Amino acid sequence: MKPNLILHVVAKFLIPLIIVFALYVQFHGDFGPGGGFQAGVIFSAALILYALVFGLDAAEKIIPSHILRILASLGLVIYAGVGVATLLLGGNYLDYNTLGSTQIGGQHLGILLVELGVGITVAAVMLIIFFAFAGRGRA
Amino acid sequence: MIDMIINVTLLAFLAITSVAIVRMTNLFAIVMLFGIFSLLSAGLFVVMDAPDVAFTEAAVGAGISTVLMLATLALTKNRQKPYYAEAPHAHRPWLPLIVVAITGGALVYGTWDIPGFGDPNAPAQTHVARYYIENAPLETGVPNIVTAVLASYRGFDTLGEVAVVFTAGVAVLLLIGGRRSKSIVKPKSEGEQDET
Repeated sequence: MKPNLILHVVAKFLIPLIIVFALYVQFHGDFGPGGGFQAGVIFSAALILYALVFGLDAAEKIIPSHILRILASLGLVIYAGVGVATLLLGGNYLDYNTLGSTQIGGQHLGILLVELGVGITVAAVMLIIFFAFAGRGRA
Repeated sequence: MIDMIINVTLLAFLAITSVAIVRMTNLFAIVMLFGIFSLLSAGLFVVMDAPDVAFTEAAVGAGISTVLMLATLALTKNRQKPYYAEAPHAHRPWLPLIVVAITGGALVYGTWDIPGFGDPNAPAQTHVARYYIENAPLETGVPNIVTAVLASYRGFDTLGEVAVVFTAGVAVLLLIGGRRSKSIVKPKSEGEQDET
């Protein structure tokens, strides 16, 4: 793709905003609309925009494929791991009450961790699928 | 009143977009219309006070899906083959028309029994919804009840959903993503990639 000055400038301006917005949606999901699913997709949208404007190879230098595969599994492991942690602490699977000293505190921590796992997996999987499709045409 | 106008406008645009999608043969334009369709749906969800769903629809439907379908189009042709021009009609057009009319009529008839939008006495609201609304802020300390239900009360469901997303990624990798790791090692192909 030919380098396009307007696209480059606008993308460089937008990508940080998109990432900040993704983090806001991720960690503010308890209080406002949003959560891990939406944040993961928005985060991956920032990197897909980067890949569209600056090329697939530049994007793969930021997040290589093997790291994406690890991240996709890591999110699921975090989610399932929270469940195992609650089991070890004496509660039911995914019963966050045991995670903190109070019920509210435990629920807060549990929901935060679980949403983080969701966000990591969704963002990584969306990027994996995009790279797989976009990288296929030139192999 | 203003809600009514917005609803009717959005629904009218949705209908126009669907008809346009059915009638077009240029796949690139159809992908763009799919994105517009999702964005209009997201607008409808906002009007219906469901910002969480609107968020997802706008980000996934209008954003990622469009990009993925464009990436797929880059691998295929971007024009639908006019297959109906070659093959003669297997049946007369009035038979599907009658089926569609009867089905549509039955569906419209079914809407007479649907409780009004946001009716607190609707069957969907009387089961566990009341418990969540009354107890979610007290039991979880999370003001957004959607998040409380999604991550805490229905944590098992969400774990399954994340597993589904993960499985989708693994499936795509197995089907078409296999040779990516090999082409990274070869630096010589970089020059020709820049032109695409």
